[in-house]
Amino acid sequence: MSNKVVHAIYNDDDILLDAVKKTKAAHHHIEEIYTPFPVHGLDKAMGLAGTRIAICAFLFGITGLCIYASLLKFIMIEDWPQDIGGKPSMAFYQNMPAFVPVMFEGTVFFAAHLMVITFYMRSKLWPFKQAENPDVRTTDDHFLMEVGVHGNEEELVSFFKNTGAVEVKVIDKH
Amino acid sequence: MYQFSSRLKSFSFALMVLGILGIGYGFFSAPKTEADVEAILKEQEAHHGGGHHDTHAEATHEGASHNEHAKTEEHASHDATTHEVKDTLKHEVAHAVDTTSLALDTTAVAVAPVVNNNGDNDLVVNKHHKVHVDHDAEHKEHVSHVFHQLQNKPWSALYVACIFFMLIAVGALAFYAIQWASQAGWSPILFRVMEGVSSYLLPGSIIFFILLLAAAFHFGHNGLFVWMDPEVVKHDHLIQGKSGFLNVPFFLIRAIVFLVGWNLYRYISRKNSIKLDQTKDLSFFKKNYKAAATFLVFFIVSESIMSWDWIMSVDPHWYSTLFGWYVFASFFVSGITVITLITIYLKNKGLLPDVNKSHLHDLAKFMFGISVFWTYLWFSQFMLIWYSDIPEEVTYFVTRIEKYNLPFFGMVVMNFVFPLLILMNADFKRLNWVVVMAGIVILSGHYIDFFNMIMPATVGDQWFIGASEIGSVLFFAGLFIFVVFTALTKAPLESEGNPYIEESKHFHY
Repeated sequence: MSNKVVHAIYNDDDILLDAVKKTKAAHHHIEEIYTPFPVHGLDKAMGLAGTRIAICAFLFGITGLCIYASLLKFIMIEDWPQDIGGKPSMAFYQNMPAFVPVMFEGTVFFAAHLMVITFYMRSKLWPFKQAENPDVRTTDDHFLMEVGVHGNEEELVSFFKNTGAVEVKVIDKH
Repeated sequence: MYQFSSRLKSFSFALMVLGILGIGYGFFSAPKTEADVEAILKEQEAHHGGGHHDTHAEATHEGASHNEHAKTEEHASHDATTHEVKDTLKHEVAHAVDTTSLALDTTAVAVAPVVNNNGDNDLVVNKHHKVHVDHDAEHKEHVSHVFHQLQNKPWSALYVACIFFMLIAVGALAFYAIQWASQAGWSPILFRVMEGVSSYLLPGSIIFFILLLAAAFHFGHNGLFVWMDPEVVKHDHLIQGKSGFLNVPFFLIRAIVFLVGWNLYRYISRKNSIKLDQTKDLSFFKKNYKAAATFLVFFIVSESIMSWDWIMSVDPHWYSTLFGWYVFASFFVSGITVITLITIYLKNKGLLPDVNKSHLHDLAKFMFGISVFWTYLWFSQFMLIWYSDIPEEVTYFVTRIEKYNLPFFGMVVMNFVFPLLILMNADFKRLNWVVVMAGIVILSGHYIDFFNMIMPATVGDQWFIGASEIGSVLFFAGLFIFVVFTALTKAPLESEGNPYIEESKHFHY
């Protein structure tokens, strides 16, 4: 079965936002939107769910804190509680101020890096990945909205012409 | 125009009356003579015998044998190393711990706490050499020391509350000046609220200056600043060395310069801001911009010196270089918190229709960020001193950890852990009740912060949050509410002439 999509191309982000609202109102399903830069409010207009990456980062941070705290506790307190310059290595809490810089950096390190890796994985980004660009102009100065064709194709094309698109194409997508 | 609601007005009066009663009771119940102190000490002993401190006190008072006392000391510490470390700290300067000469040690231990709180390093050393001080003299000295501490207590309570509320106004003023100087687009809608909070500066600084005068002239046994006592300075080489800076006339002149400077900026800026509204003449905007930039330069210098003068000099033997920043972070976050709380109050009454969730979100972000900044400075100061463990510096934290353990670490929980976990969530920052709750905890935490900065030097282990402390806070809180909300009635709550006001009204985050 051939899977046809409409590519409506705009050259202004305000017109694009307007078109998105009209498209949502007409209950056409937006597959994807390609923009050269972040358009403020686009996710809200499309009705995308909010990101949960901040929650991930928080949990990664806690993980990092636990790892570094237990690392220091094991090395400095349990494994070889040596007297180094009179620092009290009798119990973790007694020598804790000296561990705080490490625990802090560990927390930040884990939160930051694991969050970035999570972002790469969730958005399927990696080196040598084939770029998924339907139109090279979308990286420069054009905005492209991709809408699946269900039902009347002509009607859909004229609908997008009316939303201010500079170009509307129907494309077979495999 | 905002109308001061009669309920809030009577509430503020009730707070002031209760506060005055508490303060009065505090002064009334403070011991008048050393004989009163003897009775109090006897009673304390009877109340909790057996504690480490009390064994200690008993040994000093009744003149029990030194060896017995030494044994208690040793049993109390759990292992030799900590014992050694703790001891060195306790004895401050040049007191090598020698376990073989325990008897000699003990006398110093018994004397050390007595003199410690005056921060009298030299005295400790002196006393240490006179091992055979007779017990009567020792006991007398202890009693007179406790007597001074107990007499300082109501003064210190008043001083802490007074400086705390005055600095809240200063913090709000600094925040306000930053908004002008940075030409922030989100905040002009809150300028009237900020001006309202900073309006407490004038009455607050007048009362504060009177308290400084009371300390300078030792009015009513006020001994908050030991370096102001010529008897203490006479025997103290360290304070003598600092007397070029720490002397009463120069101290008072500095206080006048700072307080006048801050009040002057507040007066000029408020005047220009009102004129800007009335005339829509942008030259007032430019004037305020320049005034804010100038003030911020003056402020950061004066703030730093202020913190040495009014807070650090209660411990005249101790110094810390980042202290000014630390104090600044503490009252800056309190000022922002009060701005937030008053904004929420007025918004809930429907008086600030153009203030939206995004303004609240921004204020809460400032509360969150500056709380973490405060913690950073608190920890940096603590950790650097703890790490190097130099006796002349570390006594500051030794007294606090030993005698103020709960307030000292409790405030870190209140000022850091609580806001960190509560205000991290973006959705929570938009909920009034969450921000109000966090704000109340932050304000209480920073009051305790100021309590911890002043009390250990002035009342030492005789601290207690009782009538005079609570009374002082209630009095100044009532006065603060009264002054701030009176100032809010003087001008429309939303400024109009500011060129950024439209942007601020439509601020959306």
